[in-house]
Parts: sequence; structure tokens; C-alpha cells
Amino acid sequence: MLKDFEFIGVLGFITLTIPIVTLIIAWALRPKKPNPAKQETYESGIETIGDTWVQFKAQYYIYAIIFVVFDVEAIFLFPFAVALNQLPLYALIWAAVFIVLLFDGLLYAWRKGAMQWW
Amino acid sequence: MQEIIDYIVSLNIPLIDEGVARFIMHLVLASIIAVVAPAMLIILTWLERKIIARIQDRIGPNRAGPFGLLQGFADMIKMFTKEDITPATADRIVYNIAPGLSVISAIMVFAVIPFAPGFVGADLNVALIYIVAIGGFGTLSILMGGWASNNKYALLGAFRVVAMLLTYEIPMVVALIIVTLAAGSMSMVDIIEAQSGMWYIVSLPVVFLIFFLSGIAETGRSPFDLIEAESELIAGFHTEYSGIKFGMFMIGEYVHMFALSFFCAVLFLGGWQIPFIDVAAIPGPFGPILGLISLIIKVFLVVFVLMWFRGTLPRFRIDHLLDFGWKFLVPLSLVLLIGVAVVVRLFAPGSSAGVPVEPGPLSALGTPGEVVALLVMNILVAAAAVALVSTAARRSRSKGLRAVASVEPVAASGK
Repeated sequence: MLKDFEFIGVLGFITLTIPIVTLIIAWALRPKKPNPAKQETYESGIETIGDTWVQFKAQYYIYAIIFVVFDVEAIFLFPFAVALNQLPLYALIWAAVFIVLLFDGLLYAWRKGAMQWW
Repeated sequence: MQEIIDYIVSLNIPLIDEGVARFIMHLVLASIIAVVAPAMLIILTWLERKIIARIQDRIGPNRAGPFGLLQGFADMIKMFTKEDITPATADRIVYNIAPGLSVISAIMVFAVIPFAPGFVGADLNVALIYIVAIGGFGTLSILMGGWASNNKYALLGAFRVVAMLLTYEIPMVVALIIVTLAAGSMSMVDIIEAQSGMWYIVSLPVVFLIFFLSGIAETGRSPFDLIEAESELIAGFHTEYSGIKFGMFMIGEYVHMFALSFFCAVLFLGGWQIPFIDVAAIPGPFGPILGLISLIIKVFLVVFVLMWFRGTLPRFRIDHLLDFGWKFLVPLSLVLLIGVAVVVRLFAPGSSAGVPVEPGPLSALGTPGEVVALLVMNILVAAAAVALVSTAARRSRSKGLRAVASVEPVAASGK
């Protein structure tokens, strides 16, 4: 089974060289004329106003937490999906209980207003 | 592929045994993938510009070469020779890694796709989890690009895009779990084998729709293209990128779209199979070649539909996007998961290997029965979901209308 990953290693190495080779070719081909006016941060032609690393809106954090919960649930469901036909019939009930419990969490977050963008 | 390895071994060159021959074969296949996948950018951009132009009743590029076929080369030459303007205050290492990571993650997923019967780079038994994991690098590269640019608009653009990508990751992964349920394995080769009865687009159409829509959102194509929202946020997270680094983000996006088309073709349209013909049984090199041609036709069909969407549909607003993802697609996909699990288990043939398990109660109806049951269940769940949503919409609309109508009109001072 580990032998299957040989191709992924080979492809990984070759793919790693693609951006490097591309950047080297481009470095050789392009003009290099740095200029302080060019290297300022872009804000539609004016001086930047205020701090650049703006405050992180808390709503993104909430979406990320809910995403983590459901992603972990999905990873737990993959082995269940593969082994479904070798499990007895009542295994379906336990899987349904698992999914419904986490779905309940989604409903709770929805009603509490955690999924509003504003 | 095994036959080619056996042939190389049979040539009896010194130092070449089975392992070395397999390594050489891997090297050749990896080189082909690593060269063809970014080169597809040239064909795909030409195709996209021509198709969108025709949808918009104009011709598209026709100056560079016959029918504008060399337009992609012209664009590539332009990108190589443009000056790389880096903001002076950017985070140098992360800024340079982000576009490379985008390209790498898009190409690495091609390792597990079966191109023809017997021709698969790595027949992993966890291929679907591998795809989800590598796809996560693409999301990371967008955040890296936005953060390292030291530009508040790039950062805001990157935040919004990552929120959207996280939202649509869940329905995509759950759709993959549903396909695993129906096929009984996570390996792409096994999923194609399991579709020899009926392709999954017929028995699981709503799952295909969920996967397709989530995939379009994941790759950032229209109508979910916040990433390229040129009229908002300047250019999003790639505001401060120019020249070949911007080109690499473009390569990453188009190769990602190409990979999505491959997944749709392999997981739902039967991969290299041709209806009514057993491709694996055709002798000689004709079987794999026929399978590859059939796969390419299916992939370009999906690519055409993706470009059709881009030319036709307007962009969604971010809060509509996120609501659609969390409040419609995630619950729908979870309910479908339970439904498909029930149907698949009820129709399962019993096994006596290992732990003996009793067959499902309806297994006498066999594969056609299972296909029909899955299709019926899909349609029922989709109809219930649409009915629920329209009732909720009607109720919220009437609540809104009542709220508006209950405001007493102020008496106009008509003197």
C-alpha cells in the first residue's frame, strides 16, 4: 500500500520544479527596473489610508469553526461509507444518529444567528 | 500500464528489473501530467474566450494565428516578459510561495485519476481523501497570497474567498462520501468498476448537482467568482501580483477547473467506460486508447458546461452564496447521505467472506432495482427540499409584506 505512493512522490518532485523553472525563465526574460513609486502598495492611485492588516471580522472565525466540525464529521463518515456493506443492518441507525446529532448543531448555530454574514 | 512494465522487463536490459521499470514508467507518466496540465491552460483559455464570445454574439480572438489559436501563446509570452512589481513591504517568502503552491496543488490531484483501463498513476485506496486533502492547499495558497501582499483590499478579498471555499468544501466532501457509499470503495478505479451497471449521473442526479455546484464554487468559477470580481475589491487577492506570478494563479485556477471536470467525468459519468462496450476487454493498445478518448470527450463536455455557465449567469452576492451553502446545500447533502446509505444497505448482497453478513432485505431486486430506488430517493429528497425552501420563502415574503403594509401612511399635508 505504501508502494502506491511512489508515483505521488515522483509527481510531487516534478511538480515542485515547475514553478521554480518558470520563475527562473521569467527572471531571465523580464526587465528589472525597481522604482519607489512602483513599489508602493496599491490603493487606486492614492496613499494608503490607515493600517494595512485590517481587523479580522469575527464572522469568519465562526464560519471556520462550523466548517471544522463538519469536516471532522465527514472524515469520520468515510470509513463508515467504505464498510457499509459489511456492517449489520442496525449500523445504519447509529450512523443516522451521528449525522442527526451534528445536524442538530448546525440548526442550533442557524437559530442563534451564527450564520448571518453581517 | 502493467503490460508496458512487463515488456520493458522482458527486454532484459542489465540493471532494469521490475522495480526500476515501474519507476521509469512512473517518471514518464508524471512528466506527461506535469507538462500537459499547465499546457492545457493555453487550449482552455482559447476555448473559453471563443465560447464566451459566441454566447455574447461576437467572435472572440481571431488575430493571433488561424482562428486565434495562438492567442494562448501570445498571452504566455506577455506574462513571461512583464516586469515583476513587488510591493516593498510585502512578506517576501510567503508572497513568492503562494502562486507556486496554487499550481502544485492543482497538478498533484491528477495523480489518482484513471485515464484508461490500467493506466492510473497511483491506485490509492484512499484516493478521495487524497483529493480533498490536496485541494485544501489551493485554499491555503489564496490566503497566503492575500495576506502577504500587504494590501488591505487583497486581504479582504482573500478573507471572503476563503469563507466561500470553506462553505462549499462540506457539500463537496459529503457528495464524495455518497459516491463512496454507492461504490463501496474510495479508490477511483473501483468507483469506475462499480459504474459498469449504470453511471452515477443516472442513479444519483441530485448528488451530481451538489458536487458540480460545490466544485464550481471551489474553483471560483462564475457564478461564484468573487475571486475575479473585477468591479469589487480591485482584483481581489491577486491585486499585487504581476507577470508570471499572476500567470501561475491563472494556471492554478484553470488546471483546478480541468481537474474538477475530470472528477465529474470519473465519479459520475463512468470515466473511461463507453456505454454497451466492454473497453477493458478490447485487446492490444486499442482498449486504453478508446477509453482515453471517451474520457477526454466527457471532460470537455463538462468544461463546455462550465464555460457556458460563465457566459450566461451573473455573479452571486457573498451573503446569498454563504446562505445557499450553509442553509441549503449542507442540510440537503446530509439528508441525501442518510437516504443513500439506507438504500445501498437495503439492496446489499450478503457476503460470506470474513465476517458473514446477512444480505439486505431488498437485494433480490438486484442492480436495476437499486438504481431505480436511488433515483426515486434522490428526486423525492430534492422535491422535498425545494418545497421546503419555497414555503419558507413565501412565508418570509408575506411577513415582509405585512411588515411593510402595517406602517401607517403619514397623512400628507395637502393644504
